[in-house]
Amino acid sequence: MSLASHYSYWVTIFLMIAGLYIVIARGNLVKKLIGLGIFQTSVYLLYIAPGKLIGGTAPIVAEGFRTYSNPLPHVLILTAIVVGVATLALGLAIVVRIREAYGTIEEDEILAQDRREEEQV
Amino acid sequence: MTLEHLPALQVVLPLISAPLIVLVRRRWFAWALAVLVSWISLAIAVTLFLEVGRTGVITYAIGNWPPPWGIEYRVDALNSFVLVLVSFTAAVVAPYARISIAAELPREQAYLLFAMFCLCLAGLLGITITGDMFNIFVFLEIASLSTYVMIALGQRRKALVAAYQYLIMGTIGATFYVIGIGLLYLMTGTLNIADLAGRLRDVGEIRPLLAAFAFITVGIGLKLALFPLHQWLPNAYAFAPSVVTAFLSATATKVSVYVLIRFYFTIFGTSILFAALPTDEVLLVLSIAGIVTASLVAVFQQDLKRMFAYSSVAQIGYITLGLSLANEAGLTGSIVHLLNHGVTKGAIFLLIGGIALRCGAVTFDRLRGIGRRMPLTAFGLVIGGLSLVGIPGTAGFITKWYLVLAAIERGYWWLVAVIVASSLIALGYVWRFVEAAYLSPPDERSVKQGEAPASMLGFAWVLVIACVYFGLDTSFSVGAAREAAVLLIGGAR
Repeated sequence: MSLASHYSYWVTIFLMIAGLYIVIARGNLVKKLIGLGIFQTSVYLLYIAPGKLIGGTAPIVAEGFRTYSNPLPHVLILTAIVVGVATLALGLAIVVRIREAYGTIEEDEILAQDRREEEQV
Repeated sequence: MTLEHLPALQVVLPLISAPLIVLVRRRWFAWALAVLVSWISLAIAVTLFLEVGRTGVITYAIGNWPPPWGIEYRVDALNSFVLVLVSFTAAVVAPYARISIAAELPREQAYLLFAMFCLCLAGLLGITITGDMFNIFVFLEIASLSTYVMIALGQRRKALVAAYQYLIMGTIGATFYVIGIGLLYLMTGTLNIADLAGRLRDVGEIRPLLAAFAFITVGIGLKLALFPLHQWLPNAYAFAPSVVTAFLSATATKVSVYVLIRFYFTIFGTSILFAALPTDEVLLVLSIAGIVTASLVAVFQQDLKRMFAYSSVAQIGYITLGLSLANEAGLTGSIVHLLNHGVTKGAIFLLIGGIALRCGAVTFDRLRGIGRRMPLTAFGLVIGGLSLVGIPGTAGFITKWYLVLAAIERGYWWLVAVIVASSLIALGYVWRFVEAAYLSPPDERSVKQGEAPASMLGFAWVLVIACVYFGLDTSFSVGAAREAAVLLIGGAR
């Protein structure tokens, strides 16, 4: 139970926090999506790392193999990756539309435009 | 033969109709298929509900892989009730949508909205019916992604920003949920909800469970707009097309509440965790804060849709309030409010869709004198508003009644006062509508036209009548909710 034996968890936690921080702290809509992508990727690691046993093989019962890795987390994450790709694609598509409608992808400029619009009404 | 496959068909039919709509690319076909599928879904949901009443739990092994290895669909007293709510709302909203969509969206986008509608319906029904945690995540994302698209189809450019913000918040919520179930999976090695509930009883190590519990609560809390995680909701509801607002307000948050109930009472209820944490108190405080602040904010809105969006945040507070009381009456109140609020808000937003069609905008200055020009619409909105306040004879009263009973049972007399006071605030914002509609001189910009088309008004009134019906005859709503509450409390103790 040393610090190093759990390094995959430390990497996971670092990525998770870094991603979430980017989402919160950046005003650029594309950068926010990049942060979101990093955040989601950290979860892939959270699932995949514990599924691997050192010395473990694919779970096919055969002579001479005693330890098996669990393939299920990998399969789950395959699904999560697809979901992540779809989310990113949709997010970017919306950003393109926002750029067309507002002429900017900076959050504060968009909010300023909205405020001006409201004052005119 | 087909009867035993009903649980799978419940999800599969809307799921395959979405790509069909995209392939055919015809507006009338898209609408007809959406109506057909939502009506079939309702028929299946009602059949399942009756079947569950007769035989108890129905389980269905997808692809014949036996649970807990394969994905199991599991229908019991609680989720059969939610299935009926979701498919009933869809069955009312879909036929209503034809004229409203034609008026609010460009011609070439209309069929896409119906495709997303079917996809969203499939996602929501899937979340409800499945007995597998990871499957819930997949359906959650199907429902959410289609929701983002539907909101972005709103015609003002603010709809795009609202959809983007909801996408960020929703994805964070869903990812938190995945982290939570990942930790649960690491602890127990199972994803099947029924199996997991059994195995958690033997887990002695509390810390990973705590983390899982926290991640799931925050993740689902984002999805159901639990105060203070509700920031995405008002804009999303205000700028989405009217049909989408009506459908989402009646179903999406309700299904998320169902997931929360499932995790709290079926899964964590059996573990050592629930007794060790002050979950009740935290949820109670957040619920009350949500009810009071969101109601107050609603009073000062200039836009009718935005006002009722804030009111939705407050009404979700009532649902979580019932959960936090965690006794039979409280849970009954919560579960019955899923239906009561769904029907009420569905009716309100459908009627607002009619006003939007006639007046363009739904700000208060445009609404003046609408009681004379659109009498049926305005009257329906008043009934819906009274149901939000909780006047006897409407559905909202039934919920408040059970919440008050639950509060008294726990000895929280002050909570009774809070519930009554919050109803008075609700009366405040409903009164603003009454004042604008009946007591102000008409706005000359939109005097020309009369009532909304009969098909829109008719289906909106189906929900208005349901809202009154569930306030008078509670044998279906409270009966089903109490049965579900007894099942959940039985699992918890």
